[in-house]
Amino acid sequence: MTDPSAAQRFIEAIPHSRALGMVLEAVGDGHARISMAWDERFVGDPATGVISGGAVSALLDTCCGAAVLSDAGGATGTATLDLRIDYMRAARPGQRITARAECYHSTRTVAFVRATAHDEDEGLPVATAAGAFTIEGRSNGEKAT
Amino acid sequence: MNRPKPEPVQAVKQRRDAALLALIDGIPYAQYLGVRFDRRGDELTAVLPFNESLVGNPFLPAIHGGVTSAFLEITAIIELSWSLLWDEMEAGKLDPAAVDREHLPRLPKTIDFTVDYLRSGLPRDAYARARINRSGRRYASVHVEAWQDNRARLFAQATGHFLVPGRNNGG
Repeated sequence: MTDPSAAQRFIEAIPHSRALGMVLEAVGDGHARISMAWDERFVGDPATGVISGGAVSALLDTCCGAAVLSDAGGATGTATLDLRIDYMRAARPGQRITARAECYHSTRTVAFVRATAHDEDEGLPVATAAGAFTIEGRSNGEKAT
Repeated sequence: MNRPKPEPVQAVKQRRDAALLALIDGIPYAQYLGVRFDRRGDELTAVLPFNESLVGNPFLPAIHGGVTSAFLEITAIIELSWSLLWDEMEAGKLDPAAVDREHLPRLPKTIDFTVDYLRSGLPRDAYARARINRSGRRYASVHVEAWQDNRARLFAQATGHFLVPGRNNGG
């Protein structure tokens, strides 16, 4: 998936990702970068204006899925098996959140992915994620363990 | 024996429902997803009515993994806040008229949250209940289970750790 318009169509095809206004910025070779603007509807604590952990996890989950699908070996579909998210710090209100995911190993049936989420400060991430995803449609032996 | 007259049932319900509603209203993202809570005494059940914008895989279709995660996390946060609020509310220290967005205790902060996806979320309503396994002075560990048609067939479960807000530092 090198054509960015095709990549954006991937996001547009996911109703919830479209609803959250996610933008696929780069994808390929087991890596993906997806961003999302701050929106007051996605706030988790109105006292601080900090975006909800749930919205950040939706972004990280989508980004991990995109990384899995872009990995060599032709997976036609993927689903999250498990995903752990660590929240390092509160995202700054008003700032765009960018997730970067890397599928660092995959077998015929399972992909292992890690990801980070940053606001506009590229230092300490807002959150990190690690998960396992299913791989669907990869034929036998095409990419062995 | 001189027992005090029991509080009228409507007053009890009104107080508890108002506090719960204020708690949920305090989370815009919960409103955005359409999460509601059913209450039986102190037991809460979160309800996520299905709608098209929650879909993550349009071919199946299935609920987005991120929506499932957010739904479980909201359930855990509300359950934890509710349990912290309960004693104060029942002791009458929480003025029902003053329970609104600005006067609620601070929400717990998520430290980490791990979701176990057991089945794909079907295009229908989902339910979740949280159990507080430990709630200390600073940290809490909460487990959440979510199901759709059958209570025994979970489609996701999660465990999270939370930072418990201080009781006397501004709420």
